[in-house]
Amino acid sequence: MKRLSLKAFILPFLSFFLAIFIGGLLIAFSDPKVLKLRGDFLEMIRVGASTAWSAYVALFQGAIYDPNLAAKGGGQGFYPLSETLVVSGPLILAGLAVALAFRAGLFNIGAQGQFIFGAIGASYVGFTFDLPIVVHVIVAIAFGTFLGGLWGGIAGLLKAKTGAHEVIVTIMLNYVAANFILWLLKTNAFLREGRTDPIAPEVLSNSRLPRFFGEEFRVSAAILVALLVAWLVSVLLDRTTWGYQFKAVGANSTAAKTAGMSVPFVMTSVMIVCGAIAGLGGAVNVLGAEYALTTGIAGSFGFDAITVALLGRAKPLGVVFSAFLFAGLRVGGQMMQARTETPLDLILIVQALIILFIAAPALVKGIFRLKNVSASTGMAAKGWNG
Amino acid sequence: MKKISTLSATQIRTRRGIFTLGVTTLVSGLVFVVLPKDPQNTSFGFLLGGEWELFRQWDVNSRTGAAIFVALSLACTMYGYFRFLKDKKSLAFTLLGGFSLLMAFLCWAGSGKFIPFTGIVAGGLVLAVPLIFGAMAGVICERSGVINIAIEGQLLAAAFAAGVVASLTKSTFWGLLVAPIAGALISVILATFAIKYQIDQVILGFVINVLVIGITGFFYKKLLIPYQETWNTGPILQPIKIPLLSKIPILGPILFHQTIIVYLMYAAVALTHYYLFKTRWGLRTRAVGEHPTAADSFGIKVNALRFRNVIIAGAVAGLGGAYFTVGAVGAFSKEMTAGKGFIALAALIFGRWSPSVQSRLHFSLDLLTIFKLFYQSSELESPVNSY
Repeated sequence: MKRLSLKAFILPFLSFFLAIFIGGLLIAFSDPKVLKLRGDFLEMIRVGASTAWSAYVALFQGAIYDPNLAAKGGGQGFYPLSETLVVSGPLILAGLAVALAFRAGLFNIGAQGQFIFGAIGASYVGFTFDLPIVVHVIVAIAFGTFLGGLWGGIAGLLKAKTGAHEVIVTIMLNYVAANFILWLLKTNAFLREGRTDPIAPEVLSNSRLPRFFGEEFRVSAAILVALLVAWLVSVLLDRTTWGYQFKAVGANSTAAKTAGMSVPFVMTSVMIVCGAIAGLGGAVNVLGAEYALTTGIAGSFGFDAITVALLGRAKPLGVVFSAFLFAGLRVGGQMMQARTETPLDLILIVQALIILFIAAPALVKGIFRLKNVSASTGMAAKGWNG
Repeated sequence: MKKISTLSATQIRTRRGIFTLGVTTLVSGLVFVVLPKDPQNTSFGFLLGGEWELFRQWDVNSRTGAAIFVALSLACTMYGYFRFLKDKKSLAFTLLGGFSLLMAFLCWAGSGKFIPFTGIVAGGLVLAVPLIFGAMAGVICERSGVINIAIEGQLLAAAFAAGVVASLTKSTFWGLLVAPIAGALISVILATFAIKYQIDQVILGFVINVLVIGITGFFYKKLLIPYQETWNTGPILQPIKIPLLSKIPILGPILFHQTIIVYLMYAAVALTHYYLFKTRWGLRTRAVGEHPTAADSFGIKVNALRFRNVIIAGAVAGLGGAYFTVGAVGAFSKEMTAGKGFIALAALIFGRWSPSVQSRLHFSLDLLTIFKLFYQSSELESPVNSY
């Protein structure tokens, strides 16, 4: 294994800095207060900078530590950090599902659908059966993971058997999953008693993941599960034959075939594993944080997962770090939107810009006049016929 | 041991299509003809107003109607298979069979109701507009060797630009003019990063989509909502009747009583087909897409040609984006393209990268959508809800 060097962090850091800077420009120059000062350019820059600064301060306070809440005592100041960790858990898992597929040369846009099915499975087991403690949570997680794996496996099997491109298949399966959950929550099996709006019953207490700091802080064992799986994925990729096959097919499927590997088997199995990991993300989101299945259970996890995997260069450790970063941006973005009227969409722009800059190392190197910075992206998604 | 097939890929595809049609026909026969308990009359309206009258209305018992169309579809399947065995083209019959099944579905679903047939088909054509423009953009890009996942972003950016400009100038003309420019600008990003920096094109397209969703969403909340009066109340294009042609019974009002975007769409399909397959530019484009090194050795500037083509494609997609605002509702709303770019992409691959197959395909996809809308709006008991 290569040792992590400082150089590997320079490019992501500069990209992040640049994206935040451009985001700041957008905040500043779309603000009515700033636009009014059209005549005085220096004043415009000063007011603009302070507007952008206050937006980013709100972002930080909403993501990590909020002094306003801290006044209430009892460690309340760290409530935002707890929320960031709550989002991080499922996001790491969904990100791993995309990253692992990248390593095998597949572009898994379907994390969203796999996530949804994982959530459905965990929720169903969670509120339907009454099992003893520990067993219940394991069964619920296992069923969610199984459904996610099944959903991912469909795309893998279609790719392996018929050559259907996984990008198209997974996009379409996302639509199917999104509409399926809409329908499912209207059926009697999933309708909460006495409610007509689409929300499932809460999962039973035996099936919930334990919370560390009392019920107020939603951070639960989900984050530990996510870190464990990240470690397992890195072991799978670096220490097993199976993982080696994934990477070999990703690097050059023709060579892998010549070397005697079964490319269809690898493609199907990698998509099953990816689907299972994303499904696990959905399961821990239900069992650890939300408790009840709703139509918005998957939020934008599946799509953020892609940006997470890209920023993390499709490596498990990278995915963990970038999931923390994007979870913080997303959670803090809510606070920024509430306090400074900066739309949450700014987070999307920053995310997209970070990825663009990271993917085009030549551009960032040109801007900062750098030399000799490691620039491999670690990804090998192919064209339509790859 | 696998049996060695003597059929070509095209033949296998044809056979698969015919088998699928056959199975679907049998299932439809069961669901639409055998199972329904209390069939009532279905009325189809064929008159929209303004055209010469051929026939006004057709009333038929829903079971009889469905039976007629299922039988027609069965005949198509058989004749198509017969033609396949004799090694002749059978696509037309497969399509006709599919259409018959749609009609059978309508007879069944509309039992006891009135169905404005021409209105539905005309609506389907309008819904197809962004998809067809999007797919044309996709064809031009892909034929020159650049994968364009950013169609969604191009549509959305153009919808935004067209809506805002039309609203500011109070003129649909300027909106329609700006839309292709916005689409082309997104293409410049795509082309720069894909061709100059050689980024993986699938990832790049995805990121551009996220970027455009972010930027349009940001300005939507920051500008369009607070200052809605000036920024987001755009005018809408009015339908234009083409003299004489719009008088043709049934087809007239469907094809020739539409807004200018629809007429531009006809032109876009025809021109894309003509330019790609009949001109020197088209030959070069396809050469660059199929085998860039070979094209290069003949002295074609691969990167320059690709750059130009991607920008042209962006402009084409932009016209489709204009449909969402100036062509339909006037005002922009967040993520209003709702995944149409991806559906265009799926249909592009489904349509085998060919402009002429695609337009037909889109049309049928959209008929399905509009039937669904009609179905929902007509207060029929949806079969999904009754379980």
